[in-house]
Amino acid sequence: MSGLPGFLIDDRLHFPSCPSQGGQRFLVEMAAPLTLLLVLAVTIRAALFRSSLAELIAERVEVVSPITAWKRVVEGLALLDLGVSPYSGDVFHETPLIIYLFHFVVDYAEITFMLADVITAVALYMAVKDYNKQVFRKQKFALEADRYPLDCLELIRSPKEMYYIPLKVAMFYLLNPFTILSCVAKSTCGLNNAVVALFIFSTIKGNTLLSAIFLCLATYQSIYPLTLCAPAMLYLMQRQYIPVNFRRASFWWFIAQYLFMYLGSLFVLICLSFFLLGSWDYMPSVYGFILSVPDLTPNIGLFWYFFAEMFEHFRLFFLCVFQINVFFYTIPLSVKLKEHPVFLIFMQLAVISIFKSYPTVGDIALYMAFLPVWSHLYRFLRNTFLVSCVLLACSTLFPVLWHLWIYAGSANSNFYYAITLLFNVAQVGQPGRSQRRLLIESLTETPCSPLRKSQNEKSY
Amino acid sequence: HYAAAQKQAEPAVLQPTPQPKDDFQEELVVRPLHSGDIYASFQFRTLWETDFMRGNKVSHYRLFPKSLGQVISKFSVRELHISFTQGYWRTMQWGQPYLPSPPGAELWVWFQDSVTDVDATWKELTNVLSGIFCASLNFIDSTNTVQPSASFKPLGIGNVTDHRFLRYATLPREIVCTENLTPWKKLLPCGSKAGLAVLLKSEKLFHSSFHSQAVHIRPVCQDWQCKTTSWELRQTLNVVFDLHNSGQGKREWSLFKMFSRTLTEACPLASSSKIYIDITDNPEQFELSPATSLLSQAMVLGDRRTFSVYDLTQQDTFGSVRSLNLLIRWKSTEGDMLRPLLHAERYVAGYGLQTGEIHTLMYNHHPYRSFPVLLLDSVPWYLRLYIHTLTVTSKGKDNKPSYIHYQPSKDRVRPHLLEMLVQLPPNSVTEVTVQFERALLKWTEYTPDPNHGFYVGSSVISSLVPSTVAMDTNSTRERPLFSSFFPCKEESSYFVRVYTEPLLVNLPTPDFSMPYNVICLTCTVVAVGYGSLYNLLTRSFQIEEPSPGLAKRIANVIRKMRGVPPL
Repeated sequence: MSGLPGFLIDDRLHFPSCPSQGGQRFLVEMAAPLTLLLVLAVTIRAALFRSSLAELIAERVEVVSPITAWKRVVEGLALLDLGVSPYSGDVFHETPLIIYLFHFVVDYAEITFMLADVITAVALYMAVKDYNKQVFRKQKFALEADRYPLDCLELIRSPKEMYYIPLKVAMFYLLNPFTILSCVAKSTCGLNNAVVALFIFSTIKGNTLLSAIFLCLATYQSIYPLTLCAPAMLYLMQRQYIPVNFRRASFWWFIAQYLFMYLGSLFVLICLSFFLLGSWDYMPSVYGFILSVPDLTPNIGLFWYFFAEMFEHFRLFFLCVFQINVFFYTIPLSVKLKEHPVFLIFMQLAVISIFKSYPTVGDIALYMAFLPVWSHLYRFLRNTFLVSCVLLACSTLFPVLWHLWIYAGSANSNFYYAITLLFNVAQVGQPGRSQRRLLIESLTETPCSPLRKSQNEKSY
Repeated sequence: HYAAAQKQAEPAVLQPTPQPKDDFQEELVVRPLHSGDIYASFQFRTLWETDFMRGNKVSHYRLFPKSLGQVISKFSVRELHISFTQGYWRTMQWGQPYLPSPPGAELWVWFQDSVTDVDATWKELTNVLSGIFCASLNFIDSTNTVQPSASFKPLGIGNVTDHRFLRYATLPREIVCTENLTPWKKLLPCGSKAGLAVLLKSEKLFHSSFHSQAVHIRPVCQDWQCKTTSWELRQTLNVVFDLHNSGQGKREWSLFKMFSRTLTEACPLASSSKIYIDITDNPEQFELSPATSLLSQAMVLGDRRTFSVYDLTQQDTFGSVRSLNLLIRWKSTEGDMLRPLLHAERYVAGYGLQTGEIHTLMYNHHPYRSFPVLLLDSVPWYLRLYIHTLTVTSKGKDNKPSYIHYQPSKDRVRPHLLEMLVQLPPNSVTEVTVQFERALLKWTEYTPDPNHGFYVGSSVISSLVPSTVAMDTNSTRERPLFSSFFPCKEESSYFVRVYTEPLLVNLPTPDFSMPYNVICLTCTVVAVGYGSLYNLLTRSFQIEEPSPGLAKRIANVIRKMRGVPPL
């Protein structure tokens, strides 16, 4: 404890949720703001659902993609009513489970989507709270072992900060205009986000089986969450004190266990889907559609204009390059970030939402919700102001340029494309920058000398 | 049932056919229209008592064109209907045509049920026909071919109803011109050397408001017992001449004015060669010269019409000048036409290039009878229809179709097919609306001049319309009393097919000039993303001792010499 004023240490070591302080009381204390937040979020959504804006938002290409559009879900149900397989056409691309779900709750769709958002927010809230507890414990050990130098103090998270982080995460998700738009448009992206959030929650809680099942559900919905496999396994191993070592049997045993659960539930889901509609038509219609990108409806991603303008004989090559891009970073990132699996989850979510074939603002909202978790590292962020300005400006320019191109006819596709390009330039920096932050942070946990100096990085 | 109705629709010449194995008839129907235009309809019919199918190779052709005979036997065609049309038939001004056809090219074929791979045969057939008629029928592929389940029944004998053997396609953008007419004329036994075909001069035919030529091949009965079948080839050509273009404002027509030719003989190979002039409105409206005493009555499209007949096989028809130049002179311009009982129109609503709505309006002008119609819509895949937005309303009320057959589209593979049976209430307008979304295509998929728009073929409305004769329950026309109490079945309804306008729809377009720029810029962004991640993955962070200042370094040297630990 040398070098640190006693009162400061005291203050920073008391985490309000530790059992000695009475977890019960904490729960009550925290539940109130969360409930308030949920009520506020639901009110906003309900108000928007009732307004005339809802219809307008549901048509926005930034908010709904050909996969997630509510209009197409309704179309799928209508086709089913007509006795036509929804997958015989090229309008419906949801999985059979979604159509089965909405077969029953189509009249309560608004409630379902609000519920999905609430579930996502609560799951993220609980997950981050749990994660913070662990971080705090680690920090406490480090402090007690006197591993922090004096001038690292500003990096140490105070209990007060940490106390609000879960709430901030929930707030970032629920009150993010992107999430609100996505929910009001009834984009099924909200449901996918809920599944991913539940996966994160069960992973952080250390429930291997539920983690595998939710991950499998997320994969089943849209292939990309497959890459979250690696961080989940890393985290669970860290939690069960299994060393990440290729020569250890326990390591391989755990991987085999997890993969077995994952593939088993995937098998069950796929067979279930087969029996629901009695055909394999959904495979090319859902996964083939995601991977081969036949629908070039404009969206905020990189694919649509690129493949609209692509020369036909290079199409397959670039399709492979672009799709591999999502999966490609998983292994090197897992190697580099094996000590920080939760951060790896965040990175993967960001990579997916940028490089997936039909991104919407709902995907961005999910990874943006994680930003408060690493709020103590913001001062290492470069160009924060610039990036947030670009993101904001682009978000407002999307509808403007869309209007100029599609309705006014005074602009052409290049205008809208330019904005999506800029939006993505601003975004691609994001994971890189955050990772930089984290790598710097990881230095603080080594017995270190002043961190300030470490900002002169050495690269080769 | 349709076949019967269709046959009945034409003023058929019922002559006891002589014994030769093949037979050729030609006729021209001229109908002065109330708008002042004039409608001329040519029909050439070749009948051949042969069998292409039974494996026996048919090699001796006389009247039947060999090119078509080979097509029938090679591709096992049961029925073939092809039409090329320039211009749109204005039902409300002109009444119903004898043979309806949509603007552009239309082709529908029933194959024999012995055909195993119908799609491949269809593909080959369209390419062959494309060569025969010098038309772009080779552009018919799976993206504009549909298999209607109810709208197109075989018109000949045989009651195949399995629509697996039916293919229907339209090319609404097809432009019909001289190069299509010449091969069509070559199929006639006399070519354009003799007979009515002498009149078919392209410089006049294509200087008209409507031009449509068609070929129909079907198996028909040889006699009343229908023990054996023969093949019927019907070549038709319909043309509407404009009032102001050819009449110079004067309401007067003659064969010479219309076709810049007069008739001097019938085709020597024809067993019958006749001209019919619809004189139902004569003499109040117009007069005809030379006059003829030969009259004929026929039920045409549910109405009883009277025709003056000129038989070209009789020498006295040509008179002393040895040439026939029919002259029609209008006396008055007023007079109203019986409104067609069934009429339809279609348009695209909405603005912008994102979504839209197709409106189809179907009018039933019958004062007290409702009747069902079959509506067929084939919409290309790049207009993504949302079937849940389909509404059918008549008289402000929801009118639920009793039958819907919908096949959704597959991108770049097949179009949407929507067929439904709707009951049209009497004296009403029924509106069918369905919303669609416009797709952005790959830059190579746009047609030349993409901002002109994309054509969507006409929708087809087929119906059995109650006859106007049956409508006349008050017996305003003279008829024997004993015949007029119960409407007799043949006259109670007739088959009508109505084609709506084709649609022209704009799609959003990418910038065609900058594929390289887009590829470069997008790849750059991906490379930036890759680069920033690669940078961090390979970068190692390490703590660097700050280099001490000069004074400190000197102090440390001194301290080292003194043997004291450095600062």
